[in-house]
Amino acid sequence: MNWRHWLNRLFIFGVCSLALIALVPLFSVLFYVISHGASSLTPGFFTSLPAPVGEIGGGIGHAILGSVVLISMCSLISIPLGLGMGILLSEYSQKPVSRVLGVVVELLSSIPSIVVGLFAYALVVRPFRGFSAHAGAIALSMIMIPLVARTTEEMLKLVPRSVREAGLALGLPKARVILNIVFMGSMRSLTVGVILAVARIAGETAPLLFTAFASQHWFQGLSEPLASIPVQIYTYAVSPYEDWHAKAWGGALILILMVLGLNLLIRVFLPRRKDG
Amino acid sequence: MMTPSPALLEVKGLKAFVESTEILHGIDLGVSPHEVVAFIGPSGCGKSTFLRCLNRLHEETPGGRAEGRVSLEGQDIYAVGTDPVRIRRRIGMVFQKPNPFPSMSIFENVASGLRLNRIAKGIELEARVEAALREAALWNEVKDKLDASGMSLSGGQQQRLCIARALAVKPPVLLMDEPTSALDPVSTAKIEELVIQLKKETTILMVTHNMQQAARISDRTAFFLYGDLVEYGPTTKVFTTPSDRRTEEYITGRFG
Ligand SMILES: Nc1ncnc2c1ncn2[C@@H]1O[C@H](COP(=O)(O)OP(=O)(O)OP(=O)(O)O)[C@@H](O)[C@H]1O
Ligand SMILES: [Mg+2]
Repeated sequence: MNWRHWLNRLFIFGVCSLALIALVPLFSVLFYVISHGASSLTPGFFTSLPAPVGEIGGGIGHAILGSVVLISMCSLISIPLGLGMGILLSEYSQKPVSRVLGVVVELLSSIPSIVVGLFAYALVVRPFRGFSAHAGAIALSMIMIPLVARTTEEMLKLVPRSVREAGLALGLPKARVILNIVFMGSMRSLTVGVILAVARIAGETAPLLFTAFASQHWFQGLSEPLASIPVQIYTYAVSPYEDWHAKAWGGALILILMVLGLNLLIRVFLPRRKDG
Repeated sequence: MMTPSPALLEVKGLKAFVESTEILHGIDLGVSPHEVVAFIGPSGCGKSTFLRCLNRLHEETPGGRAEGRVSLEGQDIYAVGTDPVRIRRRIGMVFQKPNPFPSMSIFENVASGLRLNRIAKGIELEARVEAALREAALWNEVKDKLDASGMSLSGGQQQRLCIARALAVKPPVLLMDEPTSALDPVSTAKIEELVIQLKKETTILMVTHNMQQAARISDRTAFFLYGDLVEYGPTTKVFTTPSDRRTEEYITGRFG
């Protein structure tokens, strides 16, 4: 009786210690980024262009805007395509198209992101003779589409067969059962999947290096190079200037806050526990 | 069809398979309009599979396949080119296990067939949802929380919700797979009353493990055993003077 009690205590203690150990790196990263980056976060940092080397001030407003543009374009491509592929993978898994697609998605998601960048370079940048927002968005999409497709597939597969059968038995066409019952019914978890995918690509640097590249200007059109937060951080971090290092930390902090914000947003959409 | 059959539902040599296993070994059976037919038999003998062949749902089972002839008002539902969706609109089904649509509210669950098939909307939709919930003896328990999730109901309430969902589209034929196995005696009595009332408009095929229930509400009884239809006839005859020894043994509880 008593030793069970102590064993239980010991177990809980062990689990809590492990959890704490796991938290150490997370909090040290946060702490480090905040302590180095917080000083850069003036209002101007968000709204202005970089100042020329040697001058104090300036910001990464163009990179923030650039990231927003890239993420929006990429989402516009990847969310519909990813959701569609996910439906195909889960609901028509017997069809040959679906099997082939499954392999393609699997392969796509295992390609290192730097290779994705090179591929988009060869596919878009070279033929069109120049770095562009288009190319960046396509490169990011190659990462996001399989992410969305996979989570969609998994979420839809969680809907039990008995529920689909109930829909079919009502005389609903299969497409309607899939769309109105299976898909709409998984809306919350699908939203979570999409937000996670956005959070994932928000920090991608490698695919952008050879595609959207970098820029010191505000957004100048989809066929022009476009700055983004991760690439800007990279540029600043590898520079020899003290001031730029601080700005890199500032950018990193903004990136982390963005991703944290997205993760908090997920809490809103997490499927509610079924009451009762 | 050239000669309209007197039967509403005519089953000839129906075999059902899952992969290569034969589950039903050639069933012949006819059902007349406005009849209640009870299906009895030990667990695993193929009653659910039989019902699922009648609305072409068995083929949705992975590896599921049916052979033979099932005609509804003279039209073979397994004929090449027949759209199962059109068959299922005329044959409703209540499943053995409650299966409400998880993300839908109570109201939306009952409304789903009418709404998604664009049969009714607005005030008519609301009226038909209420009527179906009343028929399924659930209205009083849910009338104040129609927007609550269907999953928030108890198991028995969910089953009645599924009954209401099937009733809302008013199918001329209704398949009920042990609809009262999860219900308390009061709800069971209400569902039995409902079945007797529905006879005026509907034909009902109902699986039940409750012999008294079969005797109370059915006009004819079918006794299944290991994938065969052993006996089929007027309920009173099946229960009092069965022609097969196995039927008698099963009904009197001396079976197996
Ligand atoms: N999906 C399936 N895959 C393989 N075998 C199946 C499947 N569904 C049913 N069977 C088999 O078919 C037979 C009949 O099953 P069915 O569900 O029709 O029985 P039942 O008469 O409804 O039983 P119960 O009274 O327990 O509901 C069983 O032996 C079962 O093992
Ligand atoms: Mg059954």
